[in-house]
Amino acid sequence: MAELDSRIDYAPTHEMNGIKYRRGHVLPFGGTMVPNGVNFSIYSSAATACTLVLFKKNEDIPYTEIEFPQEFRIGNVYSMIVFDLDYENLEYGYRMDGPFDPVEGHRFDKNKILSDPYAKAIGGRDTWLGDPKWDSPFPFRSKLVFEDFDWEEDKPLEIPTEDLIIYEMHVRSFTRHSSSGVKNKGTFAGTREKIQYFKELGVNCIELMPIYEFDEWEHSKKHPDTGELLINYWGYSTLNFFAPKAGYAATGKYGMQVDELKTLIKELHKNGIEVFLDVVFNHTAEGDHRGPSISFKGIDNKTYYMLTPEGYYYNFSGTGNTLNCNHPVVRNMVLDCLRYWASEYHIDGFRFDLAAILGRAQDGSPLNNPPLLESLAYDPILAKCKLIAEAWDAGGLYQVGSFPCYGRWAEWNGKYRDTIRKFLKGEEALVGELSQRVQGSPDMYLSRGATAGINFITCHDGFTLYDLFAYDYKHNDANGENNNDGGNDNDSWNCGWEGETSDPGINYLRHKQIKNALTILMVSQGVPMILAGDEMGNTQYGNNNAYCHDSELSWLNWDLLKSNSDLFYFAKHVISLRHAHPVLRNKYHFQNRDYKGSGYPDISFHGVNAWNADWSDSSRVFAFMLDGNHAKNGFLTDDFIYVAMNMYWDGLPFELPMLPEGKSWHVSVNTEMPPMQDFYPVSQELKIENQHSFIVGPRSIIVLIGK
Amino acid sequence: MNIKIQTEKDIIIISVEGSIDSYTAPEFQKKILSEAEQTSKIILDLSLVTFVSSAGLRVLLMVYRQIKSKNGKIILVGISEEIKEVMTMTGFINFFEIVTTIEEALIHF
Repeated sequence: MAELDSRIDYAPTHEMNGIKYRRGHVLPFGGTMVPNGVNFSIYSSAATACTLVLFKKNEDIPYTEIEFPQEFRIGNVYSMIVFDLDYENLEYGYRMDGPFDPVEGHRFDKNKILSDPYAKAIGGRDTWLGDPKWDSPFPFRSKLVFEDFDWEEDKPLEIPTEDLIIYEMHVRSFTRHSSSGVKNKGTFAGTREKIQYFKELGVNCIELMPIYEFDEWEHSKKHPDTGELLINYWGYSTLNFFAPKAGYAATGKYGMQVDELKTLIKELHKNGIEVFLDVVFNHTAEGDHRGPSISFKGIDNKTYYMLTPEGYYYNFSGTGNTLNCNHPVVRNMVLDCLRYWASEYHIDGFRFDLAAILGRAQDGSPLNNPPLLESLAYDPILAKCKLIAEAWDAGGLYQVGSFPCYGRWAEWNGKYRDTIRKFLKGEEALVGELSQRVQGSPDMYLSRGATAGINFITCHDGFTLYDLFAYDYKHNDANGENNNDGGNDNDSWNCGWEGETSDPGINYLRHKQIKNALTILMVSQGVPMILAGDEMGNTQYGNNNAYCHDSELSWLNWDLLKSNSDLFYFAKHVISLRHAHPVLRNKYHFQNRDYKGSGYPDISFHGVNAWNADWSDSSRVFAFMLDGNHAKNGFLTDDFIYVAMNMYWDGLPFELPMLPEGKSWHVSVNTEMPPMQDFYPVSQELKIENQHSFIVGPRSIIVLIGK
Repeated sequence: MNIKIQTEKDIIIISVEGSIDSYTAPEFQKKILSEAEQTSKIILDLSLVTFVSSAGLRVLLMVYRQIKSKNGKIILVGISEEIKEVMTMTGFINFFEIVTTIEEALIHF
């Protein structure tokens, strides 16, 4: 049998200056290792010529450039195999020739060397905040990666969506602080050192803020007053959709970021933890007509971007440009990208930043049946991946509750956040809406089930949970934009003093409010998401938009685990409570009736009087009871759970619903109580003496278990 | 890169000196895989190795797989702290037994 590398198509047909090459394979796009060489393939709808530019690592000048002979172009795709390349030390790019005619949508410039949209790694930002090389004409070079990672038995975990507890985190913020105790601070390897922490806390899914390669130096500046360096810290500005952020890898300097990230994912999976990526397909790092030409803009501007009739960039993302997601070619790129991450990196789910944009037509108008969203929903490779939309965009399209879902898509439930915040701060006329939110928002997701909503009270955007109860107003002066950036609709309440205070009463109330928030989140139907650090009272000092701070403002201070140990223990408890009780984790909505013949409906609503919820506008109390006979939509049996919330400023006696013969109420959570008496561990709940009534403290929540 | 090969009973001891990177990995791969065909017991002495690149780590894993398929054993000797650290972060370390000296490695067979 002939050996693979002796096939005739793996031998060169052309030679130039000692470089051997031949016609390539049109698919897959990108640079792919093949026997004896590398297959390069790139698409451009309007280029007139294309040149492959090859560099040796770290050298400023290319060592060779090979123009694609016209016979190497099939349709609009240029492909070529180049032989005998040094995989590890090769960096490459393309020159595209064609018209520079912005009104027509074309911005070709053959003087520019462009990065491959399908590159699997990008050079230039190998270490975090390394030399920005401002003078380099082509800082972001495409690189090859080995796609031979040994996953052994690993595969995506496929945890049922309703059983997830998502933990949203920034790779660098999570372990960069000196108190993190890890060896490789601020990296994928550092996150791996914290796996036991995730397990102790009880979360079973981490959602990583953007880890696609971005340029932290983008729009960097010094704060006009403090001189602090402000950077693109969060990374919601993608350079390349296939390449992981090298600066997040301790081994990025050796070009091993791919292996380091895959090792992290493999270890997380081994420990029962899924990995979601926050992906930003709505725009790129190339900005508007004033921005740099790094890749897409010079390769095929008209294909990749939504353009106005005058050739300017639509700006539905608020960042300068908008990726042309429903162009068939771009749609395929997004699909290729997600398939790549799902199959090569074993990613379990994706959260799509400003996903409403993905439902816009090429002229920006919202589509009824967006092909991209449909393709993703029905894709065979993504079939078990969780797909989560941030169902709004910066162009005013707000689709929470109406995002085109195709039976698959879930949404960040922004209404959940708003309702819970307002209720917690004591606003009136919310009980009706609150009842919907804790049921998994059937008013919004009637046909989609409880798992259509990702419930959250805080996320990276906005206040941390501690700051939600420590600040009435945002304090974003450190961002250098005169406090004009960040949202003003925070629904926050400082509990009596703006910012830090030594007042024990205020601090007690703040901790209680955090516990109230965590309790509501964990007893609500739907999928809870916690912002990293909220479980230990992390603060950003009132900054509700810390996108530019690579400093202690953003870095998680692990010393808080000690100083706010009551919060951490409490968070652990309510998480374990959720895991212990399937009645809290229904996939489908309640039917508000007894379909099991238990004598109790699956969910019932109460107030200070049992079976009599106060829905009036002046009400600040709400209680509900779940009948364990209807757990997991009737497939499992569980205890009864009764939750009473009192956001009135005085304590109130709540009449307790009567349990079936032989069962009695036990306290699991009482946020009014001091630390260590505020909860009782699962299966060690305290039986209460008075089984008929319970005084719920001011601005407090109790959870009782009926068993 | 220099490669020295000795035999101790049925164990092959391969000592490498220098850097295992994309320049040297093909030669390293050729030599070590041909040795791995002859035996199921290998000691790989890396105490004089200064750097192992991504391509180098892949050769190590390839040998591991080959030896493992014969129910054999490969032990790495004398890896520098820095290389060990890189192998830890990229997960390659999980596949290997690592000891400090050749004598120690011999006891493990």
